[in-house]
Amino acid sequence: MNTRESRAGKAARIGFLTLWLIFTIFPLYWITITSFKPAGDIFTFPLAYWPEDFSLENYSGLFGASRFGTYLLNSLIVSAVAGTVATVISMLSAYVLARFEFRTKTALLMAALVTQMIPSFIALGPLYLLMTDLRLVDNRLGLVLVYIAVCIPFCTVMLRGFFANIPDTLEEAAMIDGCSRLGALFRVLLPVMKPGIVAAFIFNFVNCWNELFLSVTLMNSDDNKTVPTALNGFISSFNIDWGSMSAAAVLTILPTMVLFAFASRHIVQGLTAGAVKG
Amino acid sequence: MRAGTAPPPPEKVRRRSGGPRRAQPAEGGRRKREFTTRRGLTIAAFMTPAALFVAFFTYYPMIAGSQMAFRHWNLSDLTDTSFVGFGNFKAIFGDPLWGTVLSNTALWVVASIVPQLVIGFALALWLRRRFRFRGLYQALIFFPWAISGFLIGILFRWMFNSEFGVVNDLLMKASLIDEPVAWLADPKTAMVAIIVANIWYGVTFFAIMILAALQSIPDEIYEAAALDGAGKVRTLFRITIPYIRATLALTVLLRVIWIFNFPDIIFGTTGGGPNNETHIVTTWMITIMQQGDYGRASALGLLIVAGLLLFSVFYLTATEEKGVRR
Repeated sequence: MNTRESRAGKAARIGFLTLWLIFTIFPLYWITITSFKPAGDIFTFPLAYWPEDFSLENYSGLFGASRFGTYLLNSLIVSAVAGTVATVISMLSAYVLARFEFRTKTALLMAALVTQMIPSFIALGPLYLLMTDLRLVDNRLGLVLVYIAVCIPFCTVMLRGFFANIPDTLEEAAMIDGCSRLGALFRVLLPVMKPGIVAAFIFNFVNCWNELFLSVTLMNSDDNKTVPTALNGFISSFNIDWGSMSAAAVLTILPTMVLFAFASRHIVQGLTAGAVKG
Repeated sequence: MRAGTAPPPPEKVRRRSGGPRRAQPAEGGRRKREFTTRRGLTIAAFMTPAALFVAFFTYYPMIAGSQMAFRHWNLSDLTDTSFVGFGNFKAIFGDPLWGTVLSNTALWVVASIVPQLVIGFALALWLRRRFRFRGLYQALIFFPWAISGFLIGILFRWMFNSEFGVVNDLLMKASLIDEPVAWLADPKTAMVAIIVANIWYGVTFFAIMILAALQSIPDEIYEAAALDGAGKVRTLFRITIPYIRATLALTVLLRVIWIFNFPDIIFGTTGGGPNNETHIVTTWMITIMQQGDYGRASALGLLIVAGLLLFSVFYLTATEEKGVRR
């Protein structure tokens, strides 16, 4: 929509948008700046809004004294595997929910919605006991399985929106040519839906990467800790070392920001597809 | 997946390879039934993996957790898991923190959601107009969404630090305060800090949802309104808001539920402190759980679910009557 705009209106718009942008970016800027300050500069007045000398000591400390590299690797493995499997499984369920009409469909969609409504913490205790029985406590495979289950409901709803945008003549043509339904899904629909599927995967990956309460409950040895669990350990200590804390925060945020920048348009599309109807 | 399904009936094979074929009336019923069975099997096969995962790792623990609410279930004494009826609920209502937690939760939800809605709406209205770098701008303000609530809590905890926090520094530079405020040490200012953090995080979601809804309004309506001489304010209240009412109502509902269930920011900033004064229902629930009292924590969890269900029903009825469904 491009109608005429008064000069005052334009000034108000630009002013507001600029202010909000500064407010949004500033915390990220501040944690980044802090992470590059040497220990002495973090705790001195007046605060420096641009570090006098950039130092990497906070980062080197993370990989020397603390085993942050291990935590990053654990998070990467768990999030990548869980994100991928959840995306594949959700594609199947989303496909069915988008293409077929059947009696239990509404019930299934409701069941997916309910998982988003109920505080997941109510499940933490029994989940811990269940994983103990399965001998999957403090085990990366165990966390992967739980994360897959966490990702599936929303991912299904998101992908269903993408499927609905693609005419079903595509896979019908493939099936008439002798493709099985699964073959049609993977050979014909997958290439068309690539951006949507990548967005769904990124959304899953970031959710797993950021997840705190399940990993705190299920992972307790230092070898298996994920990044959020490690961060939780950092802030639980009496005196927080803000130098290494900020460096750790930057390293945690950076990968997810890069991924989101890459896919934000499609994630937005996925988020709004379900809720907005003309 | 195909292994589970029946081999295709011969006429289907012929149909696939051959040209169009007229269905014979006698065969019609059978073929339809075969088609239905096959269709059912496809649906079941495609749904099964997702259903199994969610049932096993989400629903089962949730249901098992719910029945813990009616038992004495404490990690300190696992030999006694006897049925105690509503004992855990009574213990919660009798807890001196219950009142504080309730009012904190109400404040947390309302004081977070109203600014989120207003700022998000303004952003969406202003982002609807095309300008250079709009794509970049949207990508930048989308960034808070990539960060976990817990880490946002940590970010703001550092900014609101009493001695070396940048918030104090900026406020003093602007002469708004004379000496540093110990934000997180006083429950009142600590609530301000965590709500600011939540607003920072949540505005984007509103902006995105509202912008998408705004873009669905056809331009002709605005052109017609302009021809009829409707002013800006009038257009906003008579056209824009009624048109996107359904989206607004739904977004607010989703956010209320979500903010209610969102202990992450508080967990990263105050952890419910000082002196348990900044707990909301969910952070309190986690604290009780960490103390090992799963029974009481589950009871609180059920109260949260019941509260949210009640709210959703009232809210949906209230917004429905006003004609949300056009």
